[in-house]
Amino acid sequence: MSTTTELLKGAAELFPDEVVTQAHVRHLDLPFGAGRFALVTLDNGLDHTKPTTFGPQSLANLNAAIDQLEQEAAAGSIVGAGITGKPFIFAVGADLKGVELLKKHDEALAIGKGGHDVFKRLSALAVPTFAYYNGAAMGGGVEVGLHCSYRTVSKAIPAFSLPEVFLGLVPGWGGCALLPNLIGADRAVSVIIENSLNQNKQLRGKQVLDLGIADALFEGADFLEQSLLWTAGVLKGTTEVVRAEIDRGEGWDAAVARGRAIADSKVHGAAPAAYRALEIIEAAKDGDLQKGFDAEDTALADLIMGGELRSGIYAFNLVQKRAKRPAGAPDKSLARPVTKVGVVGAGLMASQLALLFLRRLEVPVVLTDIDQERVDKGVGYVHAEIEKLLGKGRINQDKANRLTALVTGVLDKAEGFADADFIIEAVFEEMSVKQKVFAEVEAVAPAHAILATNTSSLSVSEMASKLQHPERVVGFHFFNPVAILPLLEIVRGEQTDDASLATAFGVARKLKKTAVLTKDAPAFVVNRILTRFMGEIQNVIDEGTPVATAEKAIEPLGLPMSPLVLLELVGPAIGLHVSETLNRSFPERFTVSPNLKRVVEAGKRGFYVYSAENGFKPELDPEVAALLVQGDSVLTEEQVRDRVLDAVAQEIGLMLEEGVVAEAQDIDLCLITGAGWPFHLGGVTPYLDREGVSERVNGKKFLAPGLASVPV
Amino acid sequence: MPRTVRDVVFVDGVRTPFGKAGPKGIYHETRADDLVVKAIRELLRRNPDLDPKKIDEVAIAATTQIGDQGLTLGRTAGILAGLPQSVPGYSIDRMCAGALTAVTAVAGGVAFGAYDVALAGGVEHMGRHPMGEGVDPNPRFVSEKLVDESALFMGMTAENLHDRYPTITKLRADEYAVRSQEKAAKAYADGKIQQDLVPVSVRNTNEAAGETGWGLVTTDEPMRPGTTLENLAGLKTPFRPHGRVTAGNAAGLNDGATAAIIASEDFARENNLPVKMRLVSYSFAGVEPEVMGYGPIPATEKALAQAGLTIDDIGLFEVNEAFAVQVLAFLEHYGIADDDARVNQYGGAIAFGHPLASSGVRLMTQLARQFEEQPHVRYGLTTMCVGFGMGATVVWENPHFTSEGDSK
Repeated sequence: MSTTTELLKGAAELFPDEVVTQAHVRHLDLPFGAGRFALVTLDNGLDHTKPTTFGPQSLANLNAAIDQLEQEAAAGSIVGAGITGKPFIFAVGADLKGVELLKKHDEALAIGKGGHDVFKRLSALAVPTFAYYNGAAMGGGVEVGLHCSYRTVSKAIPAFSLPEVFLGLVPGWGGCALLPNLIGADRAVSVIIENSLNQNKQLRGKQVLDLGIADALFEGADFLEQSLLWTAGVLKGTTEVVRAEIDRGEGWDAAVARGRAIADSKVHGAAPAAYRALEIIEAAKDGDLQKGFDAEDTALADLIMGGELRSGIYAFNLVQKRAKRPAGAPDKSLARPVTKVGVVGAGLMASQLALLFLRRLEVPVVLTDIDQERVDKGVGYVHAEIEKLLGKGRINQDKANRLTALVTGVLDKAEGFADADFIIEAVFEEMSVKQKVFAEVEAVAPAHAILATNTSSLSVSEMASKLQHPERVVGFHFFNPVAILPLLEIVRGEQTDDASLATAFGVARKLKKTAVLTKDAPAFVVNRILTRFMGEIQNVIDEGTPVATAEKAIEPLGLPMSPLVLLELVGPAIGLHVSETLNRSFPERFTVSPNLKRVVEAGKRGFYVYSAENGFKPELDPEVAALLVQGDSVLTEEQVRDRVLDAVAQEIGLMLEEGVVAEAQDIDLCLITGAGWPFHLGGVTPYLDREGVSERVNGKKFLAPGLASVPV
Repeated sequence: MPRTVRDVVFVDGVRTPFGKAGPKGIYHETRADDLVVKAIRELLRRNPDLDPKKIDEVAIAATTQIGDQGLTLGRTAGILAGLPQSVPGYSIDRMCAGALTAVTAVAGGVAFGAYDVALAGGVEHMGRHPMGEGVDPNPRFVSEKLVDESALFMGMTAENLHDRYPTITKLRADEYAVRSQEKAAKAYADGKIQQDLVPVSVRNTNEAAGETGWGLVTTDEPMRPGTTLENLAGLKTPFRPHGRVTAGNAAGLNDGATAAIIASEDFARENNLPVKMRLVSYSFAGVEPEVMGYGPIPATEKALAQAGLTIDDIGLFEVNEAFAVQVLAFLEHYGIADDDARVNQYGGAIAFGHPLASSGVRLMTQLARQFEEQPHVRYGLTTMCVGFGMGATVVWENPHFTSEGDSK
């Protein structure tokens, strides 16, 4: 086995572009005459917008710093050693770019082992060690502190987490083995599994203390001073550190079981990371840390060489980077200011849009509808939502007053829209109605105003075709629930000009939405793929496969909900309507299920019923079962899965050929942010590529090698 | 409406260790407002019985009120320090006597009844804000000969003061400076100074300035213990060829902050706050700007007259050592020996440093400690010279005074 230095040197050669973190060692005299102390500062030399990470050279630097600490501790020239970060950042863990580059299992193993070898030297020093979590700490950043004897945390930290499982890894530099031994398995499961799978939930300083991860909490204003004073107290014995007893009996097993249940409910066994982490937590019960570290190394290497992590990193990069620079969006400088917004329609969707525009843009928002009652109801809805925000303390009274005064409703569009810059319609989904509404709006709105439509399936170009200025019409397709799903499909009609499009992207940015540019193609992106996906499931059911088999076939994907539960959420009538629309455009691929029609005609809101006796698990509604007319072709789960995935791969292939979006990455970004498809699938094209579906259907992969897979 | 003037007390004072200004100084990468914040927070930590909500005012002085010393420091530092938003604050400037003026201004408010308790302090980061940064003196000062051209250069005014007191030689100034260093070193050895210092974490990213990363400052950087007359004899006289003022017999260019709690005596007692000094009188006076260092003399005359005291009633002096000559001129005026034991017992700015607008509270904090140790002393004073020809003096009474000892 090579030495740590050689190991890290080899790893560093594979990653020449690493942003290198320095480990500065500085000496100071502790207060109260507590002695000479060595403080390590982790700093990549950049400001806080570029957080400090650990690539191989960074680890080597820390290793060299620890060499120095080791000598000084052994020589008795220091009484303790600490580690902290640059302003606002402690350290945010392994450098993912370096992980993406790894091609071989032994390279991946070296990263895990390299981190362990360096970090565990901290706990082996001849003097007590202290981690001062001064700012954002994630992953390996949290873990380096876990190897220290004591920890303090700042009240001001913006983020503290072990996000590895969220990405598709395990906390593999000691997190899985050390954390349960520090704070107990149940709390460790909360941090490592539950928070991670709960959209990577972050801890605040107080929680880090309450969980027992940190021994002391100090305010940000003089965090390091107070941490060092506390350190002096600990070293002199005047400050006692008390930690809670941990349950190494049944509580430990129950915690692991709880973790498995959380993982099952979130990823349904489809992604391995959470389960690998739980195995290590389970084994950590006997307190044998080295065994745990070895297990972490193996798990890390396996996961780094597996598709789920590559998909996870790919998905992370999509939502962190690509979402901020939408492909195909015109230059920002072309965007016009939006100082007043008009909303046509005052129904629930329109009211939700009004609320969103109001909260994010903080400009006057005017609702119109065909009668006063509807207008009042729409404004009333927004006012009530503002009250709710006030009641929850999300906004203060002044802000509530401001927002309340900004939203108004009028019957007369001329009065409401004469000075509006951006007018969005959310009226009944029918071409003639929408064309009429736009014609009325154009007659009264300023010449520069953007006319946006929230249509989910109608042609934006056709909607604009009868206007004098069709170049200012854009599709602005939100996803329900509007306040929660980040995706906004921005549709460019045939005549839409760059200034209108740039304005639309500018508004999307202010709305904090993930905007993806799509062509004016039937049902745009998410609805087209979901409808094809659902349609194929309907097809196999209609042909004779039992509902339960069809549903179960999709489980290994780990989608947030089963297809028929999703249908229930969307509403069978809407699902049917969209399938009919797409059937008209692409009759050869999009079918209209007679069974779905029957279900809708029977006025059913879904295929399932839920009862307390059955723990509210979905059960096929006997009335629905009675309505179904099925053929006699019964497929296995695998056959169903192949049919459905083939259909999805074919549709995406065609969409890319048609130029609906710029690249496959945009499809994945849409599925992640608009349909909640999971990171471990990378949206879906990384999954289709690695399962061989893309090549089977389209003769090629969607993504270049290495983008969401192990590079060759 | 009848009013009663209320007794005003100095409850407590702290300061950051002082640093040397410049790229290698300990605070080079530390913001001035952060220094104030650390001092305020330490003051509150040391006085847990003071409910921050009750603080009526925060007055913070700085000479160069731009950048991190601008933006109405008293208010912004209060918010940064975590004081309730209901606590107001303002900035104040009387150059070197900034913090002293912050104390007297809020003290006036307390005596009048406008405040029960207030924070007063000052900061000067002369590394980030060199003396004269951004100044734009009116050309009339020179064209109409309103002041001598040397008035703007403090070192030159010190040379001018030597001219006024020909008996104060460079040797006397150097001897004084050596004693200041000796007394400061002894005060450190005896633990007199450290108890009122707040440790400050400092970052250094410049390898030329020493170890990089975060460190902790717990002692004053400018001190030069072991300084000898021989060391000082050869130093340059940068303000005048063959002059008398050197870097060795003057305070340096420094960074640091101070803060104090000033309250009505009743408030302090009711809230179990310590009473370290009782305010007797204060006064400011103007002199010719080109002999700025003469300022403490008329200021002290006025303050003593107000209090009905004479110089003989004063048992302890804290005189700011901007320049040795300015202390010596003061002593010569009052017929006090250069090495009188009552004067600057812990040493002064020549050793510790003089971050302009912060120094006034350092004098008070040190006088308060001396009062505590010497209950036989009834009165003491803090005094300093101020740029553009001023002096500032505050007379204090020792609340620990017992008449059993010497009445001084």
